[in-house]
Amino acid sequence: MAAVQEIHVGDSAARVQQVAQAADELPDIHGEKMVLNMGPSHPSTHGVLRIVLELDGEIITKATPDVGYLHRGDEKIAENMTYTQFIPYTDRLDYLAPLANNVAYALAVEKLMGIDQQLPPRCQYIRVICCELARISAHLLGIGAFAMDVGALTVFLHTFTQREKIYDLCESLTGARFTTTYTRIGGVSRDLPPGWVEQCCKFCDEVVVNFDETEKLLTRNRIFVDRTKDIGVLPRDVAIDYGITGPNLRGSGVDYDLRKAHPYLVYNQLEFDVPVGSVGDCYDRYLVRMEEMRQSVRILRQCLKKLPDGPVNIPDGKTVLPSKDKVLSSMEELIHQFILVTQGVNAPPGEIYFGAENPKGELGFYIHSKGGGTPNRLKIRAPSFVNLSVLPVLLPGHMMSDVVSILGSIDFVMGECDR
Amino acid sequence: MTPLEQANKLRAQFSDLLSEPAEFRGEVTVRLSDANRIADVCAFAKQALGFDYLVDISSVDNYGEDPRFTLVYEVYSYAHRTHVRLKCDVSEEISEAPTVTGVWKTADWHEREIYDMMGVRFRGHPDLRRILMWDGYPHFPLRKDFPLAGKPSDVPDVAFSRPAPLEGGPFVTVPGGKDTIAREPRVRIPQEDSLDTNARLERRLDVKEAHIDPNHIQRP
Repeated sequence: MAAVQEIHVGDSAARVQQVAQAADELPDIHGEKMVLNMGPSHPSTHGVLRIVLELDGEIITKATPDVGYLHRGDEKIAENMTYTQFIPYTDRLDYLAPLANNVAYALAVEKLMGIDQQLPPRCQYIRVICCELARISAHLLGIGAFAMDVGALTVFLHTFTQREKIYDLCESLTGARFTTTYTRIGGVSRDLPPGWVEQCCKFCDEVVVNFDETEKLLTRNRIFVDRTKDIGVLPRDVAIDYGITGPNLRGSGVDYDLRKAHPYLVYNQLEFDVPVGSVGDCYDRYLVRMEEMRQSVRILRQCLKKLPDGPVNIPDGKTVLPSKDKVLSSMEELIHQFILVTQGVNAPPGEIYFGAENPKGELGFYIHSKGGGTPNRLKIRAPSFVNLSVLPVLLPGHMMSDVVSILGSIDFVMGECDR
Repeated sequence: MTPLEQANKLRAQFSDLLSEPAEFRGEVTVRLSDANRIADVCAFAKQALGFDYLVDISSVDNYGEDPRFTLVYEVYSYAHRTHVRLKCDVSEEISEAPTVTGVWKTADWHEREIYDMMGVRFRGHPDLRRILMWDGYPHFPLRKDFPLAGKPSDVPDVAFSRPAPLEGGPFVTVPGGKDTIAREPRVRIPQEDSLDTNARLERRLDVKEAHIDPNHIQRP
């Protein structure tokens, strides 16, 4: 068998310089640049991202992302409805992890109302379970699609099998597989159904096997490593300057996770580690996501074990809808129900920002309230939007074929980016 | 260092421009009186106080008040793990503020979004184009005087749009808007009870048609 020959893939910055130098020295050879439209409907743009690429041969010299194809005006819509009515719209932000969006939004409104510390322990644990299930689900798809983009189709099928189980869990928990709308201001829409904890425990055991399989297929796979290592290197200071968050930031070596830095819910009572990369290339981002899923399973197991009994909603008729039998038999609850449905929760005037560690990064809500049941302004700080803004500096210098690796490793969702 | 200490240090530097730090729900907000200095304040906050991460820039439309717009900068320091909010007002006549893209690169897209949605321009921005709406779109959708259903717009060869068929509900709740009786199509109105079904239906249709502005129905 012939010895494997090492093909040196120089770093991208050097390659850009080389191209520029060649252009300066030999202007005649330097050919005409080609503009290539990638997207909005391209399999590796994972939705409707459009990138206008300027190419010199096969090397990208300029990249201009064009977003907004999925803009639905969520922020405008939010100003015209009560806080509770907006919960279904949060499903449609990062539609690969609707549960995590529901939780982040509910926590933001609860922070505005000053009731985030009153959430019953059971509610907090259930919400953490939701967030971590969403994280596993989103990362499974992210890694599966990433691997598929660079040629490993099998991984996608494997991870999708596991996602199907998460959807089943979602369905028995919330009644919907995709658009969960699970949280309410001050609680969740329903308690865990009987047997759900056991089902979830079983899933934890099964999904870990899948992680091992995925790692066997990818982590030391020569093709995968060649297509991701030293590709799309995002240095630490550039990542911070561009406001990158989530696994992409941690891949660049910044140890920042909102669950650790500013723990919300019961994250400070749970043991987990935050994986951090060293180089900041596509391969590091893949490794970080892989490890994050394992840590999520660790969190899930602790939560399922510790899950306390008790109510799942704040026992206060003025925030959460009272139970139906009380509404039909008691005057006070009937009034609460009527007020909550017609006017919404009574939030005080003020402004807050709340950011939660979502699968894609920091999902933040800035709420400016003039009091009453509707926000005066609700700004969504979407992690995918901010993460994509780095493309103009990340893509140039790479080969055309590296674009799919880089896009796959950034793992964005256009529903959230365009809002 | 706590956020309050950092806000006070910021205030020591720009004493005449910054308001007393306000605290709400554990967050510190400082208001800047002159929007033209926002880039200087941000640069100082980044260099001297370590606010290396610009989380977000938001904009608020205080319709009917003067100054009309408020810009909200959420800044964060990775070293101190602190978050401070900076706010400044921009009047409708000026509708302009200096860019902070020189301080944080991430401000680029945030400022483009504010320009796109609210119509506030950023002086010195390297590439101030619309980002979510298309080039040439004539309105600023997040302004309070822009209706939820949208406005008609017709840009030759680019795009067209018509108002969405919302008709005020049923899933829209606005304070001071139509009450539930007016929104509910199945409600019985006493004056109409004497009419027979066909007459009632005609009446409803008349009312509905009266609401439709013929100028709003534009075909591409």
